[in-house]
Amino acid sequence: MSKLSAAILFVIKAHIAAHSGAMGKISNADNGQKDKLKCSGYFVSVPYLRAMEQIIRVHGLSKRYAGSDRYALNGLSLAVRKGEIFGLLGPNGAGKTTLISTLCGMIQPTAGELTFDGLDYRKHRQRIKRHIGVVPQEYALYPTLSAEENLNYFGSLYGIPRKELKRRVADGIRRVGLDDFAKRPIKTFSGGMQRRINLLAGILHNPTVLFLDEPTVGVDVQSKEVIMTLLHELHQQGTTIIYSSHHLNEAQHFCTRIAIIDEGRIVTEGEPGQLIASVAGATTLENVFIHLTGSHLRDYA
Amino acid sequence: MRKLGVSAYKEALLLLRDWGGLAILFFMPSVLIITITLIQESTFKAVGESLLPVVLVDEDGGEIGELVAQNLAQADNVQLVTEERGRPITDAQARGLVSDGKYQIALVIPAGLSAELNDKVNHNVERILGEFALTDADSAAQRLPRNRSWEAKEITIYFDPAAGQAFRSGVKNNIERMLSKVEVQKIYAVFIDQMALEEDPGLLGDDIINFRETIAQKGEDGIIPNAVQHNVPAWILFGIFFIVVPLGINLVKEKNLGTYIRLRTSPVPYAVILGGKIITYTVICLIQFMLMLLIAKYVFPLIGLIEFDPGSQLPLMVLIAFVAGLAAIGLGILIGTIAETQEQSAPFGAIFVIILAALGGVWVPTFIMPAVMQQVSAFSPMNWGISAFYDVILRNGTAADIAQPLGYLLAFFIATLSAAIIYDKRKRTN
Repeated sequence: MSKLSAAILFVIKAHIAAHSGAMGKISNADNGQKDKLKCSGYFVSVPYLRAMEQIIRVHGLSKRYAGSDRYALNGLSLAVRKGEIFGLLGPNGAGKTTLISTLCGMIQPTAGELTFDGLDYRKHRQRIKRHIGVVPQEYALYPTLSAEENLNYFGSLYGIPRKELKRRVADGIRRVGLDDFAKRPIKTFSGGMQRRINLLAGILHNPTVLFLDEPTVGVDVQSKEVIMTLLHELHQQGTTIIYSSHHLNEAQHFCTRIAIIDEGRIVTEGEPGQLIASVAGATTLENVFIHLTGSHLRDYA
Repeated sequence: MRKLGVSAYKEALLLLRDWGGLAILFFMPSVLIITITLIQESTFKAVGESLLPVVLVDEDGGEIGELVAQNLAQADNVQLVTEERGRPITDAQARGLVSDGKYQIALVIPAGLSAELNDKVNHNVERILGEFALTDADSAAQRLPRNRSWEAKEITIYFDPAAGQAFRSGVKNNIERMLSKVEVQKIYAVFIDQMALEEDPGLLGDDIINFRETIAQKGEDGIIPNAVQHNVPAWILFGIFFIVVPLGINLVKEKNLGTYIRLRTSPVPYAVILGGKIITYTVICLIQFMLMLLIAKYVFPLIGLIEFDPGSQLPLMVLIAFVAGLAAIGLGILIGTIAETQEQSAPFGAIFVIILAALGGVWVPTFIMPAVMQQVSAFSPMNWGISAFYDVILRNGTAADIAQPLGYLLAFFIATLSAAIIYDKRKRTN
């Protein structure tokens, strides 16, 4: 009886959430076979119920850089749910980097509301940062320091106790297959090796939300597989992932939900399959992307 | 606290692995202080102690030429050159030799100078003695015209175009003094002759007025000032301020590598990140200071320079180096925050430090600068640092005496650091 009550409550919450913001539609849960609960004709999995809770809410977000007459973000609204892999796609200059930088607390918006797990970014920036992991497109590591030294340093900034940090660093390096290179300077690493350490540096503190900006660009197939496996593991453990990339094929298979952004606004959002189905004749996400954003070049100085 | 510690440790590791940066921080200032002091010492010797070859062209062939040659030959630091390949040097040759840079100075005594001087001196002495009408001849001398004119004859001094203004002025003053002496000797000789004295009263033997050089210092046990004590603090400060270059590069590199993104998205205030840099680079400044001090104390005597002995003033010197280091670090952080590329930060930082050094009196003492530049100089942190060092080393000053310049340096550090933090924040807000 109590399970049923809880399920009813979650479904009601989900309905409210679905109709209150710019969120995707609630679909019949045909995935996640475990822990299915039947309620009012919907099959809802536990991970899915968890996903109903919004971790990031953005409403009417605008950003105009000083000296520019163009809005990088133009009244953008979206919501990211806990535990999902949210793909943020768009052409160059669409506003992806500005949006991610704002969500990471790097830059401040010109207008709009922004909350992280109910906390206002303006008031709780430092607190929010403790729960965020960032994997920038750049390698973002000190080339003359070893992999271990880099990870120890970045981990320390999150206040991870020394012994625990040591364990996590050793474990992480082993997981990405770089045990033998732990003490070597990063500058001697290949692109793929650096990408793996770059990812580790962003997840050492077990972030609630992980921001990924082109995490697999310029890496070999083997490194890419290690990275993607690690990301899937994180997702399984409940980490919310916000993923930005130009690899539309990778996004189509990796993300649970995708938003296409252009000229500072969300053009569309939904599950990859839904997005493809929504455009007549589209068979891939790339078809949808071109259909919505056009074929013209986006060159912004 | 731990975050501050790991940030400082990370900066130390980055520096230890950067040989180029270490060279800028330690090796280059060491080379600089030795080289500059040696050069300044040898320049001083060139004018004061070592032999300076002077070409003398005597077209006069009379007493003046002889007296000038005699005076030059007697001078301790002059090597008289009158011949080239066994033949007397002419005016045109002298000009050519100096303009080619073979010699720095040539003196040309024009023909007829002795005769003209004799005539002039005799005329004037006779006229003066005639005023007293001691003899019949004197009565006749009374009638000599007061304002007789002579054909102007000039001694020419050729200077090497590469010779500096200070060198030219110094040499010119010495030659003028020598010529005045020759004139006095000549006048004296004519007076003796005209007055028909049997014995030289020996008036030219001793200087009537002498002077004594005393350094006005506080206390009795002050250090006797020397060139090294002027140079060492100035160049130590110059070396300390060069920390601006690697620190600026460090900050720009973080932006370019993307580590800045990691740092700014971590739950650590930017002040802590900068705090790590400040701790490490302050330690570097103090090590740099001690290294240069050790060089001045132990290496200088080995290469023929005067030993620099800070004596009991060492703690105050360390305090000045510490605060000057903070000022330099603040400037480095500001430059690194504003610059977008290493191509912007490195040359700008280096040139800016040179400008601050010039304004601060590292090369030229501020008191001989034009009034406007002296006013500008008052705003140079390097000037505050040098003033504090001189107060301590040369004026035997106490902590209270250097409180004002140290206060300025500290205020400069706070101002530059605040400007960097505000600029960074505004950049992310706008």
